[in-house]
Amino acid sequence: MSSVVVARGLVKRFGNLTAVDHIDFNIEQGEVFGFLGPNGAGKSTIIRMIQCVSPVTSGSLKVLNMDVQKQPREIKARLGVAPQDDNLDPDFSVLQNLTSYARYFNMPKDLANQRANELLEFMQLEEKRNTMIDDLSGGMKRRLIVARALINDPDIIILDEPTTGLDPQARHLIWERIRQLKQEGSTVILTTHYMDEAEQLCDRLVIMEHGRFLIEGKPRQMISDIVGDCVMEIVGADDEAEEYLRSTGKQVERSADRLYLYSNECRNIERDFQELYPKSQSIIRSSTMEDVFLRLTGRRLRE
Amino acid sequence: MIEMGRGMMAVWRRNADVFFKTWKTNFLPSIFEPLLYLVAMGLGFGSLVSGLIYAGQPMEYIRFLAPGLVSISAMYSGFFECTYGSFVRMHYQKTFDAIVATPVNLGDVIAGEILWGASKSLINSTIVLIVIAIIGWILFPAIRFTSLTILLIPPIAFLAGLMFSSLAMIFTAIVPNIDSFNYPFFLLITPMFLFGGTFFPISQLGVAEPFAYLLPLTHATILIRDLSLGISSILNGLSLLYIIILTTIAFYLAIRLMKKRLTR
Repeated sequence: MSSVVVARGLVKRFGNLTAVDHIDFNIEQGEVFGFLGPNGAGKSTIIRMIQCVSPVTSGSLKVLNMDVQKQPREIKARLGVAPQDDNLDPDFSVLQNLTSYARYFNMPKDLANQRANELLEFMQLEEKRNTMIDDLSGGMKRRLIVARALINDPDIIILDEPTTGLDPQARHLIWERIRQLKQEGSTVILTTHYMDEAEQLCDRLVIMEHGRFLIEGKPRQMISDIVGDCVMEIVGADDEAEEYLRSTGKQVERSADRLYLYSNECRNIERDFQELYPKSQSIIRSSTMEDVFLRLTGRRLRE
Repeated sequence: MIEMGRGMMAVWRRNADVFFKTWKTNFLPSIFEPLLYLVAMGLGFGSLVSGLIYAGQPMEYIRFLAPGLVSISAMYSGFFECTYGSFVRMHYQKTFDAIVATPVNLGDVIAGEILWGASKSLINSTIVLIVIAIIGWILFPAIRFTSLTILLIPPIAFLAGLMFSSLAMIFTAIVPNIDSFNYPFFLLITPMFLFGGTFFPISQLGVAEPFAYLLPLTHATILIRDLSLGISSILNGLSLLYIIILTTIAFYLAIRLMKKRLTR
């Protein structure tokens, strides 16, 4: 395996604010790599540096073995970027959005038309080919943005929050397509706020806060390392009950009226607990990436 | 360098495609405005004017006015395109953001936008020129262009367009919001429209005449008028030099300020 993105001591500052604070990472050829974190953690800043539109403050960042500072054109020619904001061209139809975009990659007209039509099919937008952008739904716009990111048959696909605000059907279509692209050998870099999305799609991911990595690894591994296999959620526990739960030595967290207990042996604990405190209600569920995320970044609101 | 040219042309093509999709509505103002001006100012107002002398020659007011309309068109087309047009694409449509994610760099985008602004100056002022020539032939013999130097007017209009588009892009790089364009229009464009040698010879300004030579439009108007009348003087060379120097400075400044605004 070879690394397609290599960062060493990467720093980005905006005035006094350090958005990305001395981080190192490698993204390997053919994997889906996720950047997770609360708003303002530095995910988008890293993405913007990888796509060569935001200058690196210090440290080194290489994409496809090229320096982002020295060869931005060559790098950008081999990237496909689906940004967070809708920046489709409202002056053009769906098809023209793809063909005019192909021109920025200096693609021959015939190839551009062929690619555009293939991609409209791939993202299930054939029937909308002559529709203007303002007349598309949010989900269609997102799909078109992903299609546009693929017009140059990129080696690395960057998807910045690709499913934010989508209905479940549109979301699943995009997930399917991401898996398909991975199977075809593409490297995918993803940012998301949805933990189920990260768990489903990412081979490896990092969770960020304040411009640093809190943790890096494979999702399943991370879940069992950080929070264990299951979570017991308890409602209506009084102080005494809480004291008892804490005395088990497991990780216990309180959020308003709800307690969370992370463990590998929830069943046993629940049985004993229910005998002692029958008035409390509890359920057991499998632990998820969301538990890892909240455990690491806390439950209070951001910004 | 080749890549920069390629990127710039791709941006230019994008804007040209959008323009020619709705060309009928885009061409209408350039066709009817000179008509209205010639009738109102040339015929209505001009008949009150007597004893007008330009470059030592007495001439009818409408003959003096007509080439001024061509240079006004070059100014407004380029300035509008690279203020309101570019700002909408940059700020509201995020078109620049989408383009810089491709091998096209920000400098190429701004150069392409300015080139397109100049192209609009060329297109619109050529239409104005043709309309005036036709109307002149049919209705106002006083305008009648006799010199072949009018063929040089479109390239001059393009050059003036580069100048006004570059100046406009400087404002686009520094305004906080779209309403702020009222300032350059009120403080720069409208005064030029009135005092740039368009509606009356700047010699009428008396002691203020030298100030008129500071205005970019004055020089575009001098060149276009003299080409249409077949006049050549040392002043033409100086006007051309003025336009080339100001365009070069404004072009580089516009790209620099735009990079400063958009690179984060």
